[in-house]
Amino acid sequence: MDATPQTDSLTSFAPDELETPPLTLGQLAWRRFRRHKMAIFGAVTLLILFLYAFGGAFILSESYANFTDTSQRLSPPSASHPFGTDTIGRDILARTIYGGQISLLIGLTAVVIETLVGIVVGALAGYYGGRVDAILMRITEAMLNIPEIFLLIVMAKFFGGKIPEVEVLGRAYSGSVIVIVVIIGLTSWMYLARIVRAEFLSLKENEFVLAARATGTSNAQIIFRHILPNSIAPIVVSATLGVANAILAEAYISFLGLGVQPPTATWGNMLDGANNYLESAPWMWFFPGLLILLTVLSINFLGDGLRDALDPRSRAV
Amino acid sequence: MSEPLVSVNDLTKHFPVTRGLVFQRKVGAVRAVDGISLHIQRGETLGLVGESGCGKTTAGRTILGLYPATSGSVLIDGQDACTAKGPEMLAIRRKAQMIFQDPYASLNPRWTVNAIVSEPLRVHGLIARERERAEKVKELLSLVGLSSRLVNRFPHEFSGGQRQRIGIARALASDPLFIVCDEPISALDVSIQAQVVNLLEDLQDRLGLTYLFIAHDLSMVRHICDRVAVMYLGVVVELAERDELYENHLHPYTRALLSAVPIPDPKKDRARQRIILSGDVPSPINPPTGCRFHPRCPIAGEECKVAEPEWREIKPGHWVACHKA
Repeated sequence: MDATPQTDSLTSFAPDELETPPLTLGQLAWRRFRRHKMAIFGAVTLLILFLYAFGGAFILSESYANFTDTSQRLSPPSASHPFGTDTIGRDILARTIYGGQISLLIGLTAVVIETLVGIVVGALAGYYGGRVDAILMRITEAMLNIPEIFLLIVMAKFFGGKIPEVEVLGRAYSGSVIVIVVIIGLTSWMYLARIVRAEFLSLKENEFVLAARATGTSNAQIIFRHILPNSIAPIVVSATLGVANAILAEAYISFLGLGVQPPTATWGNMLDGANNYLESAPWMWFFPGLLILLTVLSINFLGDGLRDALDPRSRAV
Repeated sequence: MSEPLVSVNDLTKHFPVTRGLVFQRKVGAVRAVDGISLHIQRGETLGLVGESGCGKTTAGRTILGLYPATSGSVLIDGQDACTAKGPEMLAIRRKAQMIFQDPYASLNPRWTVNAIVSEPLRVHGLIARERERAEKVKELLSLVGLSSRLVNRFPHEFSGGQRQRIGIARALASDPLFIVCDEPISALDVSIQAQVVNLLEDLQDRLGLTYLFIAHDLSMVRHICDRVAVMYLGVVVELAERDELYENHLHPYTRALLSAVPIPDPKKDRARQRIILSGDVPSPINPPTGCRFHPRCPIAGEECKVAEPEWREIKPGHWVACHKA
């Protein structure tokens, strides 16, 4: 029998010039991402927020953000203070700019740590199973059973004051910011680890994994190139939610006096400082709250778009 | 007879049944493959048939070392596939490949055809340059009858038969000597089955491949195989040349199995004598004593309940394990 019966009809209609263009996976993903309007909206908003936090610093100085003017306490938005002032007369606009730098950095880097730890623990437990799984999952459950706030306090005490200042983008960040990033990252990976483990447990039974093993592919390649890309959807969702959690977790720790120290502003501690003035000075919580909301929302849309773009089965190309 | 390409000696695969969360204790074992011996000559196709759950697939996977064997040995082209590690194992993986049953599950949905088919080339470092690998992939695709224009497509864009061809192209990529075909056609519809079987035969002629063809479609096995082994509950009960097995089978299980094959002529089919076995396949956790087939065997006697039948050669090339044969 001729071995090409299925393609005859195709080849007679489609000349070879119509060959599928040799697009890389990245190009395909980008094409799908571009079609996703909300994702583009999210990406643009996030970019604007970054420009706001990091570009705004060229217009207003950090000392201005921490400048206290008690004669201007709790003044509503006006021409000289567009976002109003806080309880000790500091300009809220300037504080949201500098607070944004810290909050965005904490939000994004803590999620990177959380995701990396979660993926590694979940992947190892799910893929290898047996004793590795039992040990890693008992550790995960133990971590989950301790209320997060205690973990945060213990870790903040443990790491606090050990890390020197670092300079990023021309601004010195106290070691406490790094400590907070690490702490938030290390106390929030457990849910993701369990999600990743569950994904791996079901995906590793697929025949394509067996096929990869029959080919001689190494375990590391199977984990990271075969199984992980197939479990990207829940990871992206979880990471997106993690950003919001990280920004807010920073507020708790700071409130307990273990995180970013005053007078350094963060969106979290600004929101926190407004809780006695909810009605009398709504501008105090409105602006940092709006910025957190925008950040979380745009990352959510971005995550949605990424998840769809990375799935070759989704329609739009 | 020359040295066989693949020899399987008394291979067993038991899956432990365990209890407990952290400290797992073994409470029993599923004896999926319980001592099979097969020798496959270069260039031949050995069929492995049996009903669902008799251990055919496990046997195929254990032979390739995808499951660690409980005991016994497998020699593939002179190398022991059960004990090999690292580079030796990789060498065996290159020589022995597998075609899977489910063409929907056996291709990674996130990978393009090019990535799937070139994986063996990358893993074994056969072709270093990406452009040359892409050329080889196109060559392999045309070998299995797919257009080389399809390299950048994803598996979900293909039909079942086309996917199975992609799976075959992947299996051929490392120039293997031996391919285990694990029910490669049972998930396809009948018109596509013939195409894939013909493709497999055609490739065997062209590339001199050796197949272990696992199936439960007995008429397809008769079409493609040179010799056929019949499995029941983890053991091989009869092994013979194809025509010898289909004409002069000796084991009552083989007889029952073959009587179930429909004849594509309603008049003759009506006259067909079906042997209907009573009961189900016993559990492989606790197989019957003596001959494993005795509880369902129409001709079983007293000795069948106690003594395990010897695996003996009744005629040259015709082996059977039955007291009554």
